[in-house]
Amino acid sequence: MNKNAFLEELREKLSGLPEEDIEERVAFYREMIEDRMEDGVPEEEAVEGVGTVDSVVEQIMSEIPLSRLVREKVKPKRSLKVWEIVLLILGSPVWVPLLVAAAAVVFAIFIVIWAVVICVYAVDFSLAAGALAGAAGIFIYLKAGNPAGAVFSSGAGLVCAGLAILLFFACAAITKAVAKLTGRMLTKTKTSFVGKEG
Amino acid sequence: MDIQLKRGLLDVCVLAAIKNEDSYGYKIIKDMSPYLELSESTLYTILKRLETAGMLTVRSVEHEGRLRKYYHITGKGIERIEEFREDWKEILSIYHFIVREESHE
Repeated sequence: MNKNAFLEELREKLSGLPEEDIEERVAFYREMIEDRMEDGVPEEEAVEGVGTVDSVVEQIMSEIPLSRLVREKVKPKRSLKVWEIVLLILGSPVWVPLLVAAAAVVFAIFIVIWAVVICVYAVDFSLAAGALAGAAGIFIYLKAGNPAGAVFSSGAGLVCAGLAILLFFACAAITKAVAKLTGRMLTKTKTSFVGKEG
Repeated sequence: MDIQLKRGLLDVCVLAAIKNEDSYGYKIIKDMSPYLELSESTLYTILKRLETAGMLTVRSVEHEGRLRKYYHITGKGIERIEEFREDWKEILSIYHFIVREESHE
């Protein structure tokens, strides 16, 4: 890919960001590529050196706060005409609930995903509690003069402890995966504000 | 490396790269390359952050018929480097403490 194609594609994929942001980013990458070329690097290679358009866009997206993207999207390109304002106000019983519902859905998805994580931890915690109860049971049974019961209780406690330890590793892995997933979802949400002009 | 630690470190590295003379993006990356790998996107973020914090200023200079941005360190930026040197002394003494504890085992 040559320099101009790269910068064109970058500009296109960033459309939706504030205009001055796009200009500044594009100018920055243009300067980088041109400086590389001046240093004797062939054009194609100089372009490759700054990474793919998608990787650049993804990094930019992960840095820009969602609120800024929304603000830019909501900001009208020109001032609204009187009839448009009237329509907006008259239509508010329709679009406000829809907007709130959409936000609620996104929020609910996050909550549900994290609820899974909390569930797994709760199970792990109850197993750990079971292990402690098993240990306590040993003494209770011994005091009551029931050695068979004490053996049973210690066995049950050990099983609980073993499962709790195993599950803990699973918990850690699940948390990591979910954190990554929700992070990626956030980036996706941001990306949906950018690109195609709606 | 801890992400917070690395971020602070990179800020100071970029400031150090423009400390003696004004520099531009590509040169900063090239000057730093023997010590650490820095991508263009990361550099952009750092420069922006330092500019917002008032640690450097930017000016466009014409070069071979195109514009190139030069970054100039401010007093605040130099202070940041000084701060880092002080912090580092502390970190080094902690490091020595940690290493000494290990050698007892």
